[in-house]
Amino acid sequence: MELVLALAIGVLGGGGVWLLLRPRTFQVIMGLSLLSHAVNLFIFCVGGLRRGADPVLRAGAALADYADPLPQALVLTAIVIGFATTALFLVVLLASRGLTGSDHVDGKDGAP
Amino acid sequence: MNAHLLAGPILLPLAAAALQLLLGERRRGAASALGVLSCVGLLGFALALLAAVGDGTTLVYRIGGWPARFGIVLVADRLSVLMLLLTAVLALALLPGVLGRWRRPGSALQPLAQFLLMGLNGSFLTGDLFNLFVFFEVLLAASYGLALHRPGAQRISAGLHYIAINLLASLLFLVGVSLIFGVTGTLNMAALAQLVPQVPANTRALLHAGAAILGVAFLVKAAMWPLGFWLPRSYAAAPPAVAAMFAVMTKVGVYVLLRLSLLLFGAGAGAASAGFGGDWLLWGGAATVAMGVVGMLGARELGRLAGYNVLVSSGSLLGAIGVGRPAVIAGALAYLVVSTLAVAAFFLLAGLLAPREDAEEVPLLEPYDPGGLALYADEDESRPTLPAPVRLLAGGFLVAALLLAGLPPLSGFLAKFALLAPLAGAGTGATVLFTLIVVGGLGTVIAMCRVGIQIFWEGEWVFPPIRTGAVTSVAILLGLCLLLTVLADAPMRYLQATAAQLHAPAAYIRAVLP
Repeated sequence: MELVLALAIGVLGGGGVWLLLRPRTFQVIMGLSLLSHAVNLFIFCVGGLRRGADPVLRAGAALADYADPLPQALVLTAIVIGFATTALFLVVLLASRGLTGSDHVDGKDGAP
Repeated sequence: MNAHLLAGPILLPLAAAALQLLLGERRRGAASALGVLSCVGLLGFALALLAAVGDGTTLVYRIGGWPARFGIVLVADRLSVLMLLLTAVLALALLPGVLGRWRRPGSALQPLAQFLLMGLNGSFLTGDLFNLFVFFEVLLAASYGLALHRPGAQRISAGLHYIAINLLASLLFLVGVSLIFGVTGTLNMAALAQLVPQVPANTRALLHAGAAILGVAFLVKAAMWPLGFWLPRSYAAAPPAVAAMFAVMTKVGVYVLLRLSLLLFGAGAGAASAGFGGDWLLWGGAATVAMGVVGMLGARELGRLAGYNVLVSSGSLLGAIGVGRPAVIAGALAYLVVSTLAVAAFFLLAGLLAPREDAEEVPLLEPYDPGGLALYADEDESRPTLPAPVRLLAGGFLVAALLLAGLPPLSGFLAKFALLAPLAGAGTGATVLFTLIVVGGLGTVIAMCRVGIQIFWEGEWVFPPIRTGAVTSVAILLGLCLLLTVLADAPMRYLQATAAQLHAPAAYIRAVLP
């Protein structure tokens, strides 16, 4: 499971960085989304990867068997904030497209 | 009872913004009154907190009464209150310039500004890293809206870069926070300070990596070279009053770095971690000063000139944090206050002299041409006489230039002297920083002289109509700096006590985790 998760984070992060460096605004926003997925998975796994751990709400389980609830809370907050900022970025992106008539990040195509 | 005061600076702007949104377009007078009320209230809260922490107590507010490691805490010590006070004063000073200008339909400037204030105050008060992230996002989301206020093509493009870079920095912030959480199991700053010396050697590298990634996120905000290329363009493209408010936003990054480097990696952090990252801050800060000065000399827009001034200011501060002695930090805090107020005033002046809003093209300064001697070519003694309002602006420009360059007799000089005097003889790095800050002051003088001569003496600059509101704001900001010149003693003693408190984090930890 560790390997799969590490590979998933690596692929998402790598793809995200590559897309972020592309000149089209749509690619940039896709890159940011992929990167935020990678970061969310990363936060999720810092609490330790275990299968079958009890949620913190179930009474009676031993303290050592609980899944760490804090990374889950963190990742929820990060998802919500990431969603909101991505939506905001999307609006700016559309405004830029409308005002400049180009989807280049600088508002004009740099190609000669 | 006193501790409840801590929630005020966060709740008040939140409530004001929510009410302003409800009042909407039709009751604009009421919304403006609410904004004024909120800013005055913030100043009141900051002053009350100043009285409460002035004797060195650390106030802690436990939300819901939960003990610190499990619940969320707000903490106020001298540094937090200093930043709260600076923010409140800046917001209040900018009000006259803002209120008259933003009456057009669809303007959400006022609620956004209140959200920005809430995010700023929250970042200064929070006692744990994750809430710091949340408040950072609040202030950034508000700043996106403010930077793009009344959009044009250029502003949108600059805003796009600004948002993309800050979103990336936020992701780095999260990675750093989660690495630190993975190693220590807590995000409470005081608990972290206790745990850092006990981290076993095999995971210490991970802790350092987390702290470094976190640091990069703050350095993007504080615009250290080479992470600060976005700043001059974005700030120059934002409306002047907004850019003036943003002057305090880079200081949030500086504040967090100062707080965390002395709390987590101070002298008590054990031999393996003490002073972690200090050299990076020192050399990075020095490089930022150098880049800022070069940018200032080459800038052809007034707004960008102000943006490079922000870089010089935050570079000096970062370098001083890297040196990290109490006397240096006290001087750096004095410099922080004066440079924030002066840069804010300069952004407003830039907006008054070269407005972007209605002009097709931003008026440009002449390119720098040392061989051309264009400035001195014709010895025409009969200079055009300036109309009285422009003379007022010229006076303001002179005062702002003196403050930014750190020339006597104003408070800019006192602050810079307080920063430079303890740097002398504090090691090689500090000497380099000392030299760069002095040379940077010279560069600032040259750049400001060039600009001043071109605008006020050559007689070819087209002055836009003067707006009294913004002039009032400039006068208040510069007046405060002048006041700080006369009354330098009490603030300076407070700042020295602040620096001493930061270097003895045991009291902070004891207050949060009794």
